[in-house]
Amino acid sequence: MREVAIIGVGQTKYGEHWTKSLRDLAVEAGLKAVEDAGISGKDIQAIFGGNMSAGTVVGQDHVAAILADFAGLIGNDLAAMRVESACASGGAALHTGYMAVASGMYDIVLVGGVEKMTDVSSESMTDALASAADREWEVFFGATFPSLGAMMARRHMHQYGTTREQLAMIPVQCHENASYNPYAQLRNRITVEQVINAPMVADPLTLLDCSPMSDGAAAVILAPMEIAKKYTDTPIKISASTAATEYVSLHSREDITTSRANVVAARRAYKMAKKEPKDIDILEVHDAFSIIALIALEDLGFAPKGQGGRFVEEGGIAPNSDVSFNPSGGLKAKGHPVGATGVGQVVEIVHQLRKESKGLQVDGEVGMAHNVGGTASTVFIHILEVV
Amino acid sequence: MVVPRFWREIPYRYRMIGTRCPKCGKVYFPPRIVCPDCHRESYGKMEEVQLSGKGKIYSYTIVHQNVKGFKLHRPYIMAIVELEEGPRVTAQIVDCKPEDVYIDMPVRAVFRRIMEDGPEGIVQYGYKFVPDWEAIEK
Amino acid sequence: MVGIVTYGSYIPIYRIRVEEIARVWGDDGERVKKSLGVFSKSVPGVDEDAATISVEAVRNALRRKWIPPEEIGAVLVGSESHPYVVKPTATIVAEAIGATPKVMAADHEFACKAGTAAMQNIIGLVKSGMIKYGVAIGADTSQGAPGDPLEYTASAGGTAFIIGEEEVIAEINHTLSFTTDTPDFWRREKQDYPQHGGRFTGEPAYFRHILGAAKLMMEEMNTKPEDYTYAVFHQPNTKFPKRVAKKLGFNEEQIKPGLVVPWIGNTYSGCMITGLSAILDIAKPGDRILAVSFGSGAGSDAFDITVTENIEKINRRAAPTVREMIERAVYIDYALYAKFRKKILLPPGV
Repeated sequence: MREVAIIGVGQTKYGEHWTKSLRDLAVEAGLKAVEDAGISGKDIQAIFGGNMSAGTVVGQDHVAAILADFAGLIGNDLAAMRVESACASGGAALHTGYMAVASGMYDIVLVGGVEKMTDVSSESMTDALASAADREWEVFFGATFPSLGAMMARRHMHQYGTTREQLAMIPVQCHENASYNPYAQLRNRITVEQVINAPMVADPLTLLDCSPMSDGAAAVILAPMEIAKKYTDTPIKISASTAATEYVSLHSREDITTSRANVVAARRAYKMAKKEPKDIDILEVHDAFSIIALIALEDLGFAPKGQGGRFVEEGGIAPNSDVSFNPSGGLKAKGHPVGATGVGQVVEIVHQLRKESKGLQVDGEVGMAHNVGGTASTVFIHILEVV
Repeated sequence: MVVPRFWREIPYRYRMIGTRCPKCGKVYFPPRIVCPDCHRESYGKMEEVQLSGKGKIYSYTIVHQNVKGFKLHRPYIMAIVELEEGPRVTAQIVDCKPEDVYIDMPVRAVFRRIMEDGPEGIVQYGYKFVPDWEAIEK
Repeated sequence: MVGIVTYGSYIPIYRIRVEEIARVWGDDGERVKKSLGVFSKSVPGVDEDAATISVEAVRNALRRKWIPPEEIGAVLVGSESHPYVVKPTATIVAEAIGATPKVMAADHEFACKAGTAAMQNIIGLVKSGMIKYGVAIGADTSQGAPGDPLEYTASAGGTAFIIGEEEVIAEINHTLSFTTDTPDFWRREKQDYPQHGGRFTGEPAYFRHILGAAKLMMEEMNTKPEDYTYAVFHQPNTKFPKRVAKKLGFNEEQIKPGLVVPWIGNTYSGCMITGLSAILDIAKPGDRILAVSFGSGAGSDAFDITVTENIEKINRRAAPTVREMIERAVYIDYALYAKFRKKILLPPGV
């Protein structure tokens, strides 16, 4: 297995892009990545595209082929496939692209993620997102996707005494970080009181505990490390690309205050990269709901089990503390165009490691991206390092 | 009008029939065709078992932004109920005020309308839970 | 002897008070309460209908005495608010109790006496030896037209009887019907709400048929009112059953336990039989009951019943009694009631 490097990145701003279609967004991010890598479009041998809902929402499956088509790459006769793992589609696409290059089968590949969420009513989009949960046995009986997160939060509070305020500190930090980020969708600062008093979605989670509906796309160019230096002075090594799966429905899990997928994917990643939690300087965590982030902080080894609330309250997620949390603003404030998110997290970490962030710039040589599908049923973890 | 997909589940949704692994004896509801612990030795051999419908609340939430078809219920209580045979199930708690629900509250299953496929479509029936007053008042 | 083997009822938890309905329509609430003898009526939840009520009622019956589903040979459900116009409620109920596939099933309609019509047919199937046990259910979530006097009492609930010949808790000594073509109350296809003949629903309808059936029964059984411990009649309000009891010669004590309409209103197909269920909740061996239903259109079914010692052998406490269900009440206002009963024009997809 060869070492794999990221030689270029690109992303669109996340937000409500009324004038841009799925195809427009994907091409924009892709072209930016190609330019950043200093390659020509002709060099791309394969596209791995992450997207969750285009089939349901805009009636378009076969997404990767459409994008290769519209990006003008058919002349390359490249391989193109879409990868889907609900909200972890981006991370899954990256994992697939990594395998393609590490195995030696492909040299230069483009990994992208894109989601168009505002082309339908938010009711329809919410229903499409609910397919990340167990449709037959959770959603059918009345469980919305946020209500599942809410039940995880309620149980965490019951088992560990986590408070509503501690949970609210996470979106507050995300908004503060995003206020510096020109790519972010929501750049207003918020307070803990505002989070707690926002309209209730599913008790105890309010509107401000939940990531918004976003359009956006992100892309990275992968190359084997042995040729990466030809293209860039700052190749970023993918030291770990790991995955694990947990029961989809909450009711099938022994303990809903943790995810075995989180724990195992992280353990595998640390092993692969030969790192420990204390070595991670920059962390992009999947905060689709505040509770998912809190649970991840525990499962990934940054806070002891059950102590995620305390960790947050005592400054654990402040920038440049032991680990810088969601410098981009995370899913809550940067935005969550579902399929793009996993790739966008990596784009952010690359900017940070290269010390070229246009938003908040934090210190660090090692970054970790945590991308999750459903209520942490699918987890992809990537560890990136400066070479 | 997707009829077979829901029709197939009728006995399980109407009567809470779970499956039990013949090797390790663990009971599953919703029913599984393979035991996650015993794998191949259970496939095709899982036994049907009638559950009592009694259980207690493991976690809950009050849903304000409803799933399609549940608008008339909002705000409604969704819960994960731990059945007395072991498995947990996701269901609505009805005939109960949101402020009265609590973790470990005893509940029992009832037969209710879950949703309908529009005014012309099939009505899907299934289980919801009500407070088990007898157990609570003990 | 054929009889009731076990029984069960279900009344939804919600109630609306008569004065609350009166408030909305500008009626004098106190006067209405007094004239009807009704304080409140039961309201079905948004997710309840005649099928769910039927299932809960028969499950309550089975909690009192378990009958193996494969021994249930027929399920007949009577209602005037079946969830489907075409597709029987009885199959849903049969499936929910595990009696399928070897079971006869059909729905009945005869206004408020569809449940007792189902009982008579089950009695026939059992007596003829065609089936061992049969389930007869009367359940309704009846709708009253907004602003119409019937809105004060049209309510929701149901009762199930499992009928057989073994270990019966109450022998059905005899049953007969008094039937004529009398248009006192009806609903045409595709109409949302029923029509009725006002005062015509009294003498020529309710009283004629109940008196007719009751008198015929006492003639054929050679009995007098004092021979019965209890009497229960169809109860669209309190006035009618009290008046018909008086006319027949029954006293207050005999009809009191079976009179449930003051708290839960008229559960239509569940009406008389829920009163009968309330009597069975307290009956003792040897008690004799005259039960007479009335269904508009019109007809009355009469039953002469004697309670046996087996009533103390089933576990009556295993299911809630009618009194207990009456007491477990959550009062709602007219707005919530209109939402629950879908009297508000809703946009599609709600």
